[in-house]
Amino acid sequence: MNKIELKGVSKTFGQVEASKNVSLTFEQGKIYGLLGRNGAGKSTLLNMITSRVFPDAGEILVEGESVIECDRAMGKIYLMGEANYYPEGMRIRKAFECAAMFYPNFDLANANMLAERFGLNTKKKFKELSTGMTTMARLSIALSTGAPYIFLDEPVLGLDAVHRDLFYRLLVEQFERHPACYVISTHLIEEVAGLIEEVYIISKGELLLHESTERLLARGYTVTGSSEAVDTFIEDHPCIGQDQLGGMKSAYIMEALEISQVPETLTVSKLNLQQLFVQLTKE
Amino acid sequence: MKINFEDERPIFLQIAEGIEDGILVGAYEEEGQVPSTTEISMTYKINPATALKGISRLVEEGILYKRRGLGMFVSTGAIAVVRAKRKAAFSKQYVAPLTREARRLGLTSGETVELIERSFRDE
Repeated sequence: MNKIELKGVSKTFGQVEASKNVSLTFEQGKIYGLLGRNGAGKSTLLNMITSRVFPDAGEILVEGESVIECDRAMGKIYLMGEANYYPEGMRIRKAFECAAMFYPNFDLANANMLAERFGLNTKKKFKELSTGMTTMARLSIALSTGAPYIFLDEPVLGLDAVHRDLFYRLLVEQFERHPACYVISTHLIEEVAGLIEEVYIISKGELLLHESTERLLARGYTVTGSSEAVDTFIEDHPCIGQDQLGGMKSAYIMEALEISQVPETLTVSKLNLQQLFVQLTKE
Repeated sequence: MKINFEDERPIFLQIAEGIEDGILVGAYEEEGQVPSTTEISMTYKINPATALKGISRLVEEGILYKRRGLGMFVSTGAIAVVRAKRKAAFSKQYVAPLTREARRLGLTSGETVELIERSFRDE
C-alpha cells in the first residue's frame, strides 16, 4: 500500500470547478509528471493532497489513511509549493533546522551537500536571495526531508539553464539514494520528459490522460504533406490537431504508426511530449 | 552516445544502441566494464528505470553480463553479436527510408543502386 490515492476528488471555488471527479494514484519508487496549463487545477490538487485545502467530494488516502486531520499521513508528504513561506529574515541554515523539526528523517548533511552543489551560502537570509537561489534553497530542503512522497511544484522557477541541468541530475541522484515518490509539476515539459516514468495531464480540472511516458510517446506522430493527402490520411486515423501552411498541412496523430504503412506522399515524424501536451490541451 | 527525444525509437533502445556503438568502436572492450545505470541516467537526465531497461535488453541478448557487486561487463564475442544484430536491422533501419525517399523523388531502382555504388567508390 505504498501509494497515495485520490478517489473522485472534486473542489469548487465560487463558480470555478478547480477539480472535477479526479482519481489518480502516486506510488513510491516512481517519478511522475503532473502537467497542466495555467489554471488547470494542478495546485488545487497538490493543496488538497497536503490538506491545505479540503475537497468538496471524494477522498484522498495516504497508504490507506485519509489525509484530513491526520498528522501521521501528513508527515509522509512534502510539498514544495509555488510560494515561499520562509520568513524573509530567516537564514537558510535555520530553515534546514526547522525542516528537521517537522520531518524526523530529515538529512541535514544531504541538505548541506545540495546547497553546496548549488553554490549557496547557507548563512544568507531569504531576503538576500534571488528567485533562483530561493528555489535552490527550497529544493535542498525538499530533497532531504526523507518523506516518502515529495511533490515539487515548479521546481525550476528562476533557475538558469545550468542550474536546471544540475537539478535534473541531482534529482536522479537523490531518487537513487531515496527511491520515494516524486511528483513534478512544471511548464518546462521537454526538460523533464526523460525523467518522468508516468504522466498525468490535467485540463480544466479534469484528468485528461494518464499513461507511461514511453507508451505515450510511442503513439504521437506528425504527418505532413499536401492538404488533400493529409485529409485523406486522417479519415482513418485519430487526429488531435492540425496546422495549415498554404497548401501544406500537418496533422497530429495519436496512434502508433508503422511508417512503411504511411503513403510516400506524406512525411512522418515523432511528436515530443511538449508537442503532444500542446495539441491535447490547447483551446 | 546521444539521446534524441524525438527519435522514432524509444529512449531505452537508444541507450542500448549507444552502448552497442561503444562496443563496435572499441570504447567498451570485451570483458571491460560499461557505465552503471546511475551514471547513464545522470548523464542523460533520464529515469533510472529507462536506463536499466536498456541495459537489461543487452543482458538478455548476451551482449552484457553482470558481475555481482562489480557492475556490468561486455561479454566475450559481443562485437560479433552486435554486428550480426545490426546487419539484420540494416534493411529496415537504413534501406527502407532510403527507398521511400527515392520513390518520392522518382528515382528508379537502377539509379538508386548506381548512387549507392558511387558512394561506396568515393569512400
